Amino acid sequence: MFFDTDLPMSALRALTPILLAALGGALCERAGVFNIGLEGMMLLGCFTAVTTSWFTGSPWLGVLAAALAAAAYSLVLAVGAVTLRGDAVVLGIAMNLLAVGLTSFLLRTIFGVQGTFDDPSLAGLPLIGGLSPLAYLAWAAVGVAALALSRHVWGLRLRGVGEAPDAAATLGVSPAKYKYAAVLVSGVLCGLAGAQLALGNVTLFSENMTAGRGWIAVVAVMLGRALPLGVLLAALLFGIAEAAGFRLQGLGLPQQATDAAPYVVTLGALFLTTARRRRRTSRTDRTDSTGVTA
Amino acid sequence: MTRDRLTGALRSPVAFSVLAGVVIGALFLAGTGADPVTAYGAVLTGSLGADGIGSTLSTGTSVLGMALALAIPLRAGLINLGGDGQMVLGGITAAVTGLYSPLPAPLTVVLALLAGMAAGAGYAALAALCENRLGVPLLVSSLLLSYPAVSLASYLARYPLKEPGSSLPQTRRLPEGVALPAFGESTVTVGLLLVVLAAALYWFADRRTALGYEIRMTGLNPRFTAYAGVERAGLTLRLMAVSGALAGLVGAIGVLSFPYRFLDGSLTAPGYTWTGLTAALLAAAAPLGTVLASFFFAVLQVGGLAMERTTEVPRELTQVLQAIVIVFLAARLRFPRRWFGRRNRQQEAV
Repeated sequence: MFFDTDLPMSALRALTPILLAALGGALCERAGVFNIGLEGMMLLGCFTAVTTSWFTGSPWLGVLAAALAAAAYSLVLAVGAVTLRGDAVVLGIAMNLLAVGLTSFLLRTIFGVQGTFDDPSLAGLPLIGGLSPLAYLAWAAVGVAALALSRHVWGLRLRGVGEAPDAAATLGVSPAKYKYAAVLVSGVLCGLAGAQLALGNVTLFSENMTAGRGWIAVVAVMLGRALPLGVLLAALLFGIAEAAGFRLQGLGLPQQATDAAPYVVTLGALFLTTARRRRRTSRTDRTDSTGVTA
Repeated sequence: MTRDRLTGALRSPVAFSVLAGVVIGALFLAGTGADPVTAYGAVLTGSLGADGIGSTLSTGTSVLGMALALAIPLRAGLINLGGDGQMVLGGITAAVTGLYSPLPAPLTVVLALLAGMAAGAGYAALAALCENRLGVPLLVSSLLLSYPAVSLASYLARYPLKEPGSSLPQTRRLPEGVALPAFGESTVTVGLLLVVLAAALYWFADRRTALGYEIRMTGLNPRFTAYAGVERAGLTLRLMAVSGALAGLVGAIGVLSFPYRFLDGSLTAPGYTWTGLTAALLAAAAPLGTVLASFFFAVLQVGGLAMERTTEVPRELTQVLQAIVIVFLAARLRFPRRWFGRRNRQQEAV
């Protein structure tokens, strides 16, 4: 009764938002921008998706608006970290805080409710084979990102910009342009992740509903060494942990224990991989911004 | 203060960011149909007036405590994002100590404070060990560790330690006398003095001791200080332990003040950790600046409630303001270089 078809389905549902956001994070990492604003961009995506879907009656417009809004929001990171050379970590933290405040503020200003907006007339995404179309899109995005990074000239240039910006500039590749593009694409992907969370997995908006998923996505980037397939495996691990947690809750384990499960599993996986990687590479200097791809 | 320093302060990115936050906040207020002058007036009178100052000081106790907890590692360029977990563990440990200690009440209070600090310190040290031993970045290990700690405390308050017969997820009330003394009728307790004392110690350590110098230099240039013989792993561990102890102290103070028990969510819901982090970032972790920034954000937080009452603008606006200030600040500058070359930067700032 523990392992039936429901478990993989709910794991797939749980992994979709993480996967989309983590792919965005991986692209940024490859371009040499540490993006920890994933959580905030995702949350803004959730809110925009719900608001647009409610006012227009179309969840598709909600998805589109979420992608655009999160992309616009990601410009804060692009301008701040790339053009003005600000601290990406501090910016990311501030963007996450701003998104929590802004969405709670707008929730009360626009809908006059506090906590959760849950209306029966709010249209969610249709399901195809039990999953929203965005879930399939996420899987397709993994393939596209993997091919682009390994085969296409853009991907090679993106990696070049991340690894050796000066060398890339000498070859006539503008590092700033590639960094902007990576950050904007991560915004779009986080917006889609938010839309999936608010209109695919459930159909509502509640304050801080991303609840650390953006951070899990940041960890997934590290776990997966910023490789699309690696990120997919990491997101899968999280999805299984979350789904198994729900299942165990159904079997009588307290909610607090299962709430913590995904974070504990993620942290454990991170310990194992980094410890092993460390042993293998012994002592190499970590020269990049985050040590993620080292 | 000389004229030169005054213009320097006014032209600094901090002044610019705060001003930008206030202006953007005014636009938000105007956008919701409220009069910005009335709203900001309500923030000030509501937080600094006779009715609000007590509330501001008791909120300020927690905000300053968390700001110090985050500022101390930040001074060395380390960011502790696990404040919530460390604070909550400190709070639940203090509650358990307060409930079951066989000692007389005054000693129990001291013991509960120490136990809370020890719990926070131990948990923060765990995050430091994750970085030192396993290579997991501190930013991530401290944050991820926070979630299970909050869940554990929540579980304890809802099941094994739950007050029998209560519908709220809370422990029993601490025994008579197991509480921090309050000033008069206010909600301000001796906890404020403890936190201010911690700020004074931090100032002293930062300005007058070799360790404080090492910490500042590590923040400015980790490679150089490593070359000069400062052992980074040990420093990380010590700074995180002090940071966690302060976060645990804030949790313990919260439990030993009204409502004199551990109530699930009452420590984390007001967002002291994030407000504290914002204050520490705004002040670039400098001791006096952290105190000032904490007071500023406590005024915003408490004043936000008054603003909500008079203008019906949601109090979440103050959270938006805090974040905007930091966005501007971060976008203007590279963080660790702030303490360097401020003089050269003055000309180009603003």
